[in-house]
Amino acid sequence: MTDYDVVVVGAGPGGSIAAKTAAEKGLDVLLIEKRQEIGVPVRCAEGVSKEDLEKFVKPDKRWIAAEIEKAWIFSPDETKIELSAEKAGNEVGYVLERKIFDRHLARLASKAGAEVRVKTSAVGLRRENGIVRLKIRSLGREEEVTTKIVIGADGIESKVGKWSGIDTTLKLSEIESCVQYLMTNIEFESDVTYFWVGKKFAPGGYIWLFPKGEDAANVGIGVMPSIAEKKAKEYLDEFVRKKFPEGEIVEVVVGGVPINGGLKSAVADNVMLVGDAARFADPITGGGIINAMKSGYYAGITAYEAVVEEDYSAKFLKKYDERWKNDFGKKLERNKKIQEKLLKMDDETFNKIAKSLEGMKIEEFSVKRLVLEVFKKYPKLFWDVKDLIF
Amino acid sequence: MKRIIVNRYKCAYCGACVSVCKFDANELVETYLEIYPEKCTLCMACVKTCPMGALEVVE
Repeated sequence: MTDYDVVVVGAGPGGSIAAKTAAEKGLDVLLIEKRQEIGVPVRCAEGVSKEDLEKFVKPDKRWIAAEIEKAWIFSPDETKIELSAEKAGNEVGYVLERKIFDRHLARLASKAGAEVRVKTSAVGLRRENGIVRLKIRSLGREEEVTTKIVIGADGIESKVGKWSGIDTTLKLSEIESCVQYLMTNIEFESDVTYFWVGKKFAPGGYIWLFPKGEDAANVGIGVMPSIAEKKAKEYLDEFVRKKFPEGEIVEVVVGGVPINGGLKSAVADNVMLVGDAARFADPITGGGIINAMKSGYYAGITAYEAVVEEDYSAKFLKKYDERWKNDFGKKLERNKKIQEKLLKMDDETFNKIAKSLEGMKIEEFSVKRLVLEVFKKYPKLFWDVKDLIF
Repeated sequence: MKRIIVNRYKCAYCGACVSVCKFDANELVETYLEIYPEKCTLCMACVKTCPMGALEVVE
């Protein structure tokens, strides 16, 4: 007998959905979160696709800060490309209030029957006779719990993977180093997400502006440490000084985004990794919330099957790998390859592409569609990855 | 001896540095970054990754 069927480490969107899914299936679930308050400090630009989100949770005004209809992409010389979904007459994205959203998901997990403990960290993992002895520190007190399965939803700084033999270390070309300011006293359209691309703005990444209602917006940057010459914060400060000299910074958000295209395998004996811990963020957009929730769901389902079959081996848990790969694994792989192409393009090329797409109606909100339009104009740029695009 | 220290007034405890350390020489404990100098090889991956410039090498 073990204390639990599943212990989920980390109560972000991935962890909470994993805990909720496993608990709904009737498993004994413990969800632990090392911070004393779920959801803070936030480490996210908070943008998410509406359609994907609604597969998991009913939208609620309490945690939706803005509804998005368009994206404006600016090249280094500030030529604008517009992606919109006006034709459908519907918003295509949300900007969330993660502080509230994350708590909401954790509550759903608890309502489904999961036990939730905050200010509780996992500090060590040992396998014995086919089960796991997980050392935790809860409000300063160390204890050991036994469980059949551990779901590592412990984010960019994941240790669960390393403890169980999964190499999660990122190279300096596999991470975006990010800083974001929540800004007021700035001008922007409240239903548009803005992107500034090119090395001039952000080497190996981009600068974004995501509205959070009418009078505040997330203005942030991601740069790739392998090619950046300065710290992310210095690039952002320079941009903000020029673009929004009157703006006030009312919140600072900092984080790393994994962009290696996902782990090859996110399982080990008794262990599955989800979300950022499994490096499931999109290599181009950096978006990670939806993949975290999807992987959490698949890990929860797979945990249930493992408990029914009484088989917690890596071999059995490969079912989880199959599930996430069939869903978003291929897209991660494709976008990693496109991202590597984009990285090689100089700012002049970005300007040229933007000029050729300026004023064009692109009525779809996706990286794939945008790359397709670029391909039509400049087939050479993406020639060797064309099989991935079509 | 050379070692890496964290400037706690700059650190925003985001954990990016932990993800690039292949020597397991740092850890984000709640919102407190621990560095384990005995494991650190001064490879500088964490210093280069820190978005805030909060990690420094000192003699």
